[in-house]
Amino acid sequence: MQYAILCYDDEAVIEAWPEARLNEVIGKHQAATRPIAARGKLGPVLRLLPTSTAMTVRSGDKPTVIDGPFAETKEQLLGLWIVDADTHEEALALAQELAGHKDTGSMEVRPLLMFMDGKTSE
Amino acid sequence: MSDLRWIDTAIMSARPKAMAALLRYFGNLDTAEEAFQEACLRALRTWPEKGPPRDPAAWLIFVGRNFGVDQIRKTSRQTALPDEASLSNLDDRETDMAERLDNSHYRDDVLRLLFICCHPDLPATQQIALALRIVSGLTVKEIARAFLVSETAMEQRITRAKRIVASAGREFETPNAADRVERLGIVAAMLYLLFNEGYSATGGTAHIRAPLCAEAVRLTRLLLRLFPTEPEIMGLLALMLLQHARTPARLDANGEIVLLEDQDRTRWDRSLINEGLVLIDKAIRHVRPGAYQVQAALAAAHARAAKAGDTDWNEIDRLYGLLERINPSPVVTLNRSVAVSKTQGPQAALDMIETLEKPLNGYFHFHGVKGAYLMQLGKAEEAHVSFDRAIALANTPAEAAHIRQHIDRLQKSDTTADSLRKGA
Repeated sequence: MQYAILCYDDEAVIEAWPEARLNEVIGKHQAATRPIAARGKLGPVLRLLPTSTAMTVRSGDKPTVIDGPFAETKEQLLGLWIVDADTHEEALALAQELAGHKDTGSMEVRPLLMFMDGKTSE
Repeated sequence: MSDLRWIDTAIMSARPKAMAALLRYFGNLDTAEEAFQEACLRALRTWPEKGPPRDPAAWLIFVGRNFGVDQIRKTSRQTALPDEASLSNLDDRETDMAERLDNSHYRDDVLRLLFICCHPDLPATQQIALALRIVSGLTVKEIARAFLVSETAMEQRITRAKRIVASAGREFETPNAADRVERLGIVAAMLYLLFNEGYSATGGTAHIRAPLCAEAVRLTRLLLRLFPTEPEIMGLLALMLLQHARTPARLDANGEIVLLEDQDRTRWDRSLINEGLVLIDKAIRHVRPGAYQVQAALAAAHARAAKAGDTDWNEIDRLYGLLERINPSPVVTLNRSVAVSKTQGPQAALDMIETLEKPLNGYFHFHGVKGAYLMQLGKAEEAHVSFDRAIALANTPAEAAHIRQHIDRLQKSDTTADSLRKGA
């Protein structure tokens, strides 16, 4: 069985960190990840760009695109796709394609800052 | 855990919202600052033991407000004493309060806090210093260092600025939609100035002033989080990020500016560029163009070119044309002429700047650019005149040195031409 481990924290606080602190924390994350990779337990690792870059596609026949991250607390994160888009427009179009078959819910579109496939330990 | 740095960052990131809400309660900057200080002291006492509150900003507002109200009661000689019990049961009420305070509450508060720093009677640098002090919470010492003045001088400036701001009145009314747009524009301009204070620094002071860029980015991120659908704020953040991304390649070992076309683009910060590019794409979807968006799109056009030769000059010409319409200025036209010189040649560019001779006669770049076009056209003598004028107007030794390189090239090509003629 595969599991997703989702990382949450307060973006505003992390933005207030001095760069040295940010690097220190990222370094610790990487150090913690490496042994898991070495044991063959690691899948893809992703880091997202800040939520300011997020857009949300509301499901429906004609999915609508709105600014900002998804923020509806009565709905829960149920799944995710990783897509390869050449432009921001294309990413949104792909999300609309995926959201079009459904009447409810949303798709949040977030650019990735980093993607590691997890197959190598570096 | 003995590492208590989390408290500093929690307070620092909560500060703009907490100060903004306290300012609304008390309508007075000094009282709000005092209340915030006291709340921070109490946070330092209680957080290490109890752990971070769920919403640090709401906690600081609640504690600060109670303290401020008590102070006002005391000074107005009323008998009510500080009610410590109200503080010990904080957790329940804090939760309640955190639920009531969401972005829409903070939005006008934070905007007001930034806006009062932009008082029209304050010179721009003092507006910035005041914002760094009361919104960001930098110490006077830190601000003095960034502005390269003594601590005493900065202390005086900030005190004076606060006195001027204290006379504000209208700002405390809830803004209507038109006020909000106006305030947002003024605050955005101040934040961009703050960014440029850091970004334009060169030489030995560049690394001292760099934190100003980081602080401008942080405050603009905060503003965008509060106004997530404002395309100009997206544009402003994109503009800052795209420029900031070039920082590692912008200055040479002596701290002097390396021209865009000569920069080692592999040293540009890709993650900042990616973020800036997404933001400008997001902004453009609104089809409400503005000066920051266009400037960000210009920065994006450079960021998209892997090397200087790949630059899409037609796109840059088009964007400057748009900027000329939104924000007409001789400098914008001068910049546009550079794109035109690449797409249509030096003569077209020269024709374009002909009318700028008068308004830009005292401007270093005008004469540098004009000389470069003349040089390309083979008009060596005229080019020399322009270059001499540019050197006389240079703001830094590096600018003058850059023009001297052109003159050297001019003389070299002269001698080559001479020797060719002689050889023939």
